[in-house]
Amino acid sequence: MNVSATGTLLVRSQCPYHGRNAPSLIIFTCSRLHSTGQAPKQANQTKRASFSPSSSSKHDWIGPADRLSNLRPIIYHIPENETPLERRLRHLRQETEDWNHQFWTNQNITFNKQKEEYVLTQLKAKGQEERDDKGKKRTLSSEDMAVFYKHFLDKNFKRHADYNREWYRRNFTITLLMARVALLRTWRRLRGGGPAV
Amino acid sequence: MPVLCLGNMYKTPCSRLTGLVGATVNKKLTLSAKAAKCQLSSLSLTQFRTTDSKEWLTFQQLSFLKRQYVVRHSGALGQRPRHKQEPVSAMLEDRDDLVLQQIQQIPTIKPVAGVTVPVPGAAAAETPVDLSNEPEADRQARMEARQWKELKVDYSELPDIYARLSKIKLTALVVTTAAAGFAMAPVPFDPTCFLLATVGTGLCSCTANSINQYFEVPFDSNMNRTKNRPLVRGQISPLHAVSFALACGIPGVALLSLAVNPLTGLLGALNIFLYTSCYTPLKRLSISNTWVGAVVGAIPPVMGWTAATGSLDAGALLLGGFLYSWQFPHFNALSWNLREDYSRGGYRMMSVTHPDLCRRVALRHSLGLIGLSSVAPFTGLTTWTFPLVSLPINLYITYLAFQFHRRADRQSARKLFFCSLWHLPMLLLLALTCKTRRAEPEAPPAAAATSSLAVQS
Repeated sequence: MNVSATGTLLVRSQCPYHGRNAPSLIIFTCSRLHSTGQAPKQANQTKRASFSPSSSSKHDWIGPADRLSNLRPIIYHIPENETPLERRLRHLRQETEDWNHQFWTNQNITFNKQKEEYVLTQLKAKGQEERDDKGKKRTLSSEDMAVFYKHFLDKNFKRHADYNREWYRRNFTITLLMARVALLRTWRRLRGGGPAV
Repeated sequence: MPVLCLGNMYKTPCSRLTGLVGATVNKKLTLSAKAAKCQLSSLSLTQFRTTDSKEWLTFQQLSFLKRQYVVRHSGALGQRPRHKQEPVSAMLEDRDDLVLQQIQQIPTIKPVAGVTVPVPGAAAAETPVDLSNEPEADRQARMEARQWKELKVDYSELPDIYARLSKIKLTALVVTTAAAGFAMAPVPFDPTCFLLATVGTGLCSCTANSINQYFEVPFDSNMNRTKNRPLVRGQISPLHAVSFALACGIPGVALLSLAVNPLTGLLGALNIFLYTSCYTPLKRLSISNTWVGAVVGAIPPVMGWTAATGSLDAGALLLGGFLYSWQFPHFNALSWNLREDYSRGGYRMMSVTHPDLCRRVALRHSLGLIGLSSVAPFTGLTTWTFPLVSLPINLYITYLAFQFHRRADRQSARKLFFCSLWHLPMLLLLALTCKTRRAEPEAPPAAAATSSLAVQS
């Protein structure tokens, strides 16, 4: 699966998912997909099927867990009168989502690949085939696997620590921005609500 | 949808579309005749024919199948035994987005003359379907569309969401240990104080658990045990979770500090800090997280004690010691069977990085429980019956820990973990029943009365 976060970010900033009558359909062959609602879908170039919420929806939409990264993608609603702060929040959330998706896809693929390699080398060292007489895949004992798990954690310690730090930083920033946006929206509604409020 | 739509659209007028799988058309003759009319490729017709079924399904059956089907294959697009029914059930869906999706997916192609059809879920009726391109992709797209959820807070589900966010069962256990600490304190039982202390501790626990889940969203998504948590599923936003945590934590700590006593409030705040800011980040950095986590577990009974007495005594520390030691057989056994998930998620747990140490520590602390139970009478916490009555369960958990240490397999780990779940409440209950009884206030006057009677007579 192709993973390219930057490409999607560029285009996403240009095409909201709803509300605007954007006639063009934008298709990517990378892992994140985003398309507008009205135009017919061009077939079989897309690795991930596109989903477009109905134009009357005013909320974000969350999708099923991605097969590789196990993270759930979100399609962000763009309000008509989006302020710069809201746009900054939306971009940050989208970028964090893509960054997270990339990290975890990489992590899961690497882990599974290295695990397979380890199992094969271990079996070879024991002189066994990958599958036993009945055709089932052989598995190693917990103790043997534990060696691999420890090795994997030790090898990736710095990478995990860096990811951790970055994730905490982003999470805090996003939450603070969300708080500011929520306060501003409430303030606007109170102000704009008029004498009835 | 395209497959079945076609069947519906080009059926002879006299055949009824009663069943949802309306494709029970007389296959051989009519289909081929219609094929000529419809300018369909033979390939798609073959698809249509071979996936056809002779039974008429009811809507209930179909909904049931659809539910089963969606649940079984959620998140993974794989081989589907009954994919042909999906299109029809999809048409019966009342949701705008699905209808819209169908419209989007049908490419506009040459319409066939002279066909007007009453199709349920009429959206698709306008545009005929081109079967020569992937119906599979359309089907998959439709399946995926159904799995997208609007990020709107469902207020009816909010209590359940909050319960899961605050890990209500764990909170209940924490509150139980705090209540036990309160009850074990050698002071007269004050119901109001007890209530305030337990509520305050519960609120602190809710806060700590919510913040923990807030920090761990991507990690929770990748572990089977935790992937259905509210933040992972997007049922509430991170801001909402943090607000809930603050709404529990601030009143909780305030309640403990002001209505109970400042020491208990301090311990509550300390525990929240330890859990969210020490234990949670440490989980990914070092195995020392387990020891910090054991301290976190040990603090609630101490809080219960200080709520009752207002001071830290040997008895409080001993109760904390029970919880501290218990934590190791409990957690080490739990983590033993999650080693793959922990490794992939980047968690540094003893069970993954130091498996021998993991089992040794579990055994060591199970023995420690026996030792602590023996020390209890010396501190005045319990009578001498306590070490005796608690010996059976302590020996049993030590035995299981020994088996775990020796065998190091999944079975022994599970047994030890499940034993620890009932062992702790049992131990606390026994301690409560063996609590040192203080002399009752009525006794001296009665004794004086009897002695004066004796003197007189």
